[in-house]
Amino acid sequence: MPDVRYETAFKLYPYEKVAAQDTAPVRHPVVIVGGGPIGMALALDLGQRGTPALVLDDHDGVGLGSRAICFAKRTLEIADRLGAGQAMLDKGVVWNVGRVFHGDSSVFDFNLLPEEGHAHPAFINLQQPYFEKFLVDQIRVEQAKGAPIEIRGRNQVTGLHDHGDHVTLDINTPDGSYQIEADWLIACDGARSPVRDFMGLSFEGRVFEDNFLIADVKMKADFPTERWFWFEPPFEGAGQSALLHKQPDDIWRIDFQLGWDIDRAKELDPDRIRTRVDAMLGSRDGTIPDYALEWTSIYTFQCRRMEDFRHGSVLFAGDSAHQVSPFGARGANSGVQDADNLAWKLDLVVKGHAPEALLDSYSTERSHGADENILNSTRATDFLTPKSETSQIFRNAVLQLAQHHAFARPLVNSGRLSVPCVYDEMPLNGPDKLHAPHVSRVGAPCPDAPLGDGYVLNALVGGFTLLALNADVPTEVTGVTEADVTARVVPVPDDAITDDLRARYLGDAKSAVYLIRPDQHVAARWADFDTASVRAALRTACGME
Amino acid sequence: MSLNLNPNIPDPDGFYDSLVQAHEGLSKTQSDAYNARLILVLANHIGDRAVLADALKAAHHA
Ligand SMILES: Cc1cc2nc3c(=O)[nH]c(=O)nc-3n(C[C@H](O)[C@H](O)[C@H](O)COP(=O)(O)OP(=O)(O)OC[C@H]3O[C@@H](n4cnc5c(N)ncnc54)[C@H](O)[C@@H]3O)c2cc1C
Repeated sequence: MPDVRYETAFKLYPYEKVAAQDTAPVRHPVVIVGGGPIGMALALDLGQRGTPALVLDDHDGVGLGSRAICFAKRTLEIADRLGAGQAMLDKGVVWNVGRVFHGDSSVFDFNLLPEEGHAHPAFINLQQPYFEKFLVDQIRVEQAKGAPIEIRGRNQVTGLHDHGDHVTLDINTPDGSYQIEADWLIACDGARSPVRDFMGLSFEGRVFEDNFLIADVKMKADFPTERWFWFEPPFEGAGQSALLHKQPDDIWRIDFQLGWDIDRAKELDPDRIRTRVDAMLGSRDGTIPDYALEWTSIYTFQCRRMEDFRHGSVLFAGDSAHQVSPFGARGANSGVQDADNLAWKLDLVVKGHAPEALLDSYSTERSHGADENILNSTRATDFLTPKSETSQIFRNAVLQLAQHHAFARPLVNSGRLSVPCVYDEMPLNGPDKLHAPHVSRVGAPCPDAPLGDGYVLNALVGGFTLLALNADVPTEVTGVTEADVTARVVPVPDDAITDDLRARYLGDAKSAVYLIRPDQHVAARWADFDTASVRAALRTACGME
Repeated sequence: MSLNLNPNIPDPDGFYDSLVQAHEGLSKTQSDAYNARLILVLANHIGDRAVLADALKAAHHA
């Protein structure tokens, strides 16, 4: 019987016995261990591309209690490409304004939405169980259309045997154990990754000596839909910092930074939590709204990553590969980018259209992303928890100056909210032969912009695309093919180029041809169309040399 | 020239990190002395007495 480690919020994939449990081990092209947000996003992406994906999860649904609440624009764009974005937007709470307090004083406000012309907001708040459920809902839709995705609930992976070109897995179920084989195994089994342990791989990094109490409370209150963050909160028992942030269903996330030496059991006593919450909610005008404690938990945080995300036929994605402190909301958001990066590469390799070496670029690109995320969340954590008297003095000086002077505000760090990384100077990059804006340089994720009735990102889906802006691509050319890989031409005549599209992709250039990867990162760009150049860049982008 | 109180440092997080790291391993007394030297170095770079006078005022205000 698989261990039950947590209660579920939604029972989405109840255990069903399959025939393979009574036969010799069946071989699968791709097996994903772990049906969290990352495993499900990856399965959905692979299935839509026609590559079979089997997800094994040791539970039968999504865990109760929200860990992640902030989902970033890039994540929504990826979810949109996968067909699950609208449900997230509909349910989520859009927010733009953050307020920073120091003790009793308001330090400053920030607004996250400076730029028009994007389909998605900078951030939404949505409980992680909903995020995962919407991905699974979309998997069900795709399955009905014939996508080769299978989810097996209450299938706990208990062992792994690495044979170099494939692995054998031991699986425990309510009906006993069985084995399967996988050409490719993707470990999306979370920060405590059993797969990583089976393989004896290390996961080194920094532990932050701090405990954070999280209380999600349900209340009807007229606090605005803003992120409120206090350094040295003025209310009783709040610890070194506190956070108040709205979620859907009248739920508010409250966070208290309690310090290192605490008695966990005592701090989780509901009466004690209520005393703290009362003090926070009452600090505004003395009145405390009626509320219920929905979910409470105490966390400690670490920043660490695996050295390599690929070990032969086993790849790691999401928290199994890297872990960050939550200041900046970079955990699930970066994991979804792992899935986005890996799915198309794995699809090409499984179909025999690209060499295995393409998968090494997954590790190179995403470990670069992980480093950026770890750096940012480490700096935020250091600002929240100064390590010495001097750094505390600097921190408070910044907060005091920021009340009066704009210059100090960019130095205030309560979390730098997740933005996707740019794959600058990475091996899959082709030439950047266009004098055009930096935001759409080679390696960058394509910036969104209005196009026709929709947005440019809606047009850059499927496989590789060739975005031809006022470019001289002959009308009969609908695609450019190199070996088995085709880039579909997306022609945009001059009169269809919107101002935002021009500003983000052309600048002063008259025309442009962008080769764009299936994960919507720019692979190469030129001023004019040339078949041979596109084919060469496709080879590079698919790791063919 | 007047005192610039608008954001002026590229990569503010990186700068802040190196400022705090410069103090790593120093005792409180050593850190205070380091800060004093740092202020004098920066003040000399600014040079302009009017700007320095404004900076002295701006730092008081809090
Ligand atoms: C308090 C807190 C707040 C956070 N806030 C944010 C935020 O605002 N934004 C954000 O982006 N991120 C946030 N995060 C991080 C986010 O929750 C994680 O990054 C995310 O859940 C990682 O997803 P995952 O799919 O990699 O792993 P997980 O969600 O951990 O999923 C792993 C899955 O694998 C399964 N599994 C494990 N072992 C086995 C096994 N042996 N066999 C089969 N299945 C197995 C598990 O049951 C689980 O379903 C926060 C985290 C915390 C703790």
